[in-house]
Amino acid sequence: MRPGLNKLQTGWHALQRDRRSVVITWLALGLILACLPFLTELSLGRSWVRILDFTLLYIMLALGLNIVVGYAGLLDLGYIAFYAVGAYLYALLASPQFGLHWPVWAILPLGALVAGVFGVLLGAPTLKLRGDYLAIVTLGFGEIVRIFLNNLNTPYNITNGPQGISQIDPIQIGGIDLHQTQHLLTLTIPSTHLYYYLFLIFTLLIIFVSIRLQDSRIGRAWIAIREDEVAASAMGINTRNIKLLAFAMGASFGGISGGLFAGFQGFISPESFTLFESIIVLCMIVLGGMGNIAGVILGAILLTIFPEALRYLGEWQQLLLGRVWVDPNDLRLLIFGLALVLSMIFHPAGLLPSTRRARELHARRSILAQEQDSLYEQQR
Amino acid sequence: MNNSVESRDTSNPLLVVQEVNKSFGGLTALSRVSLQIQSNEIFGLIGPNGAGKTTLFNIITGLYSADGGEVNLAGQALLRCKPHVIVQHGLARTFQNIRLFANMTALENVMVGRHVRTHRGVVGAIMRNTSTRKEESAIRAQALQLLDEVDLATAAEHLAKHLSYGDQRRLEIARALATEPKLLALDEPAAGMNPSETLDLQQLLRKIRASGITILLIEHDMRLVMQLCDRIAVLDYGKKIAEGSPAHVQQHPLVIEAYLGGNLA
Ligand SMILES: Nc1ncnc2c1ncn2[C@@H]1O[C@H](COP(=O)(O)OP(=O)(O)OP(=O)(O)O)[C@@H](O)[C@H]1O
Ligand SMILES: [Mg+2]
Repeated sequence: MRPGLNKLQTGWHALQRDRRSVVITWLALGLILACLPFLTELSLGRSWVRILDFTLLYIMLALGLNIVVGYAGLLDLGYIAFYAVGAYLYALLASPQFGLHWPVWAILPLGALVAGVFGVLLGAPTLKLRGDYLAIVTLGFGEIVRIFLNNLNTPYNITNGPQGISQIDPIQIGGIDLHQTQHLLTLTIPSTHLYYYLFLIFTLLIIFVSIRLQDSRIGRAWIAIREDEVAASAMGINTRNIKLLAFAMGASFGGISGGLFAGFQGFISPESFTLFESIIVLCMIVLGGMGNIAGVILGAILLTIFPEALRYLGEWQQLLLGRVWVDPNDLRLLIFGLALVLSMIFHPAGLLPSTRRARELHARRSILAQEQDSLYEQQR
Repeated sequence: MNNSVESRDTSNPLLVVQEVNKSFGGLTALSRVSLQIQSNEIFGLIGPNGAGKTTLFNIITGLYSADGGEVNLAGQALLRCKPHVIVQHGLARTFQNIRLFANMTALENVMVGRHVRTHRGVVGAIMRNTSTRKEESAIRAQALQLLDEVDLATAAEHLAKHLSYGDQRRLEIARALATEPKLLALDEPAAGMNPSETLDLQQLLRKIRASGITILLIEHDMRLVMQLCDRIAVLDYGKKIAEGSPAHVQQHPLVIEAYLGGNLA
């Protein structure tokens, strides 16, 4: 046998071994994800499976906001409005409120679409704004949507106002009601677990779409705009359309997530869609690493799980110190805030930073470039 | 189109700038500047600091709006066009203060330049169907080819911000070339380059011209300008004070006066 061929063969074996390890990793990951709700219930209890469900909803939200903030560099503080749009659309089309009971497969795509349209509505008037100014306008937009939802009960009652909408239809798929415990052979699958699987599918779908968009002509255009909008337009990118596209795509992820949330909860009210929620989602992507999908997912997981875990502070105090010294709820927010601050000090680019860091929050451009930008804005 | 009559018999101007005015507040940056650039020439634009060269670039590339005048590229009116439309019409530029996409790789920077000549959208990106995959690999191949042409093939995976000054300038040229321009406008491409890099740049610009692209060059390096350009226009305080061959411009009394104390060889 010739030495060249020999080398080729060992290379091939290495590749096969490599591929095998990749396959094994994926299989293991799949198995863990499949068993996760059962393992969680066994070790931590049913309530933690609900937290898992919420984690998945937040991952979807964070990935949507990541398109707007992480890729296109548009600081959006009203993102939760799209979550609200998706949730209310579901609630209005599938509840006794109007006596409508649309199926979920019709509502979710519509929710994505309507939220996308809202994204464009928000984007269009803000195209010339950046940074702080954009943040303030989007913040206002988020509040306006919430206040509308709060007040659309007179003269015609559409949203039921602050009382919110209850008795929302549970999600049904192929005749399976996800609110009912299901039996599969000898396996009993509670409702929280069923929603987990549904949300997992949607989360994987949204991760897939995010990855595909990132490595595409459109994704590059988004990042180019984030890096230098003037240069992007001077390279032939229609910055207006591409920015609107980012708003629409990000919003549609939020709309889907909102629809799932409404069906899962069975009840929604404007209270679920406050500025605080927008900020938490933003924190997730900043903490995890803006523009990096794995980082954003990690951020969403940490910021959903961590505050919940801190609820046990009372019990721990009891256990360690004999009595509850500090109100666990106060302590919880304090520690949460402190952890965020520390993490930003030690990992300013996020826990899993993207190689290309966003400009919006790390303004480090030369004075000259900034000056030219402002000149440019005056001129347009 | 009153210039079409005269252009038909003598020459074939690619870019026609006519009576362009621009002022910033009280400052007149350009006053009735007119130029004609012929197809496939290297046209130099020189003048002391603050003469208005970059302002003219910003106007013809749509970043600034002019106060008056006309700009035509191959018969296409450019004023009042958005910057990206002007790129579509075939005019690409580089920036005096480098404006690369700092946190993208060299390769990605050039790939962004292909945006304007490619078409796949969101659906294609998600589905990644055959036509999208084909387009994507064509974009990559063309970008690599361009990087090779500006001698940056080995730096393809480096972030733009980590490249040396000279490399960044050449990367900007590659990115502009990726848009398939008819006219390539370069704003001080040799600034910050050492003599040997400048020499390479000269070769590169010749090569680009040989490939059929017209070049409009702002440059302070007089050796480079005089060796490279077919014709040169001189701006001073927003006015064109001279135009012609390098030899003609060099001996022009107004130019000598404008550059008095300067380094016009
Ligand atoms: N956006 C702007 N706002 C106000 N003044 C400006 C603006 N852009 C340029 N100017 C002024 O217009 C004049 C021409 O500037 P320009 O940048 O075009 O000069 P230049 O010929 O490119 O000079 P240099 O060789 O130094 O690059 C300068 O006085 C400059 O200060
Ligand atoms: Mg200049």
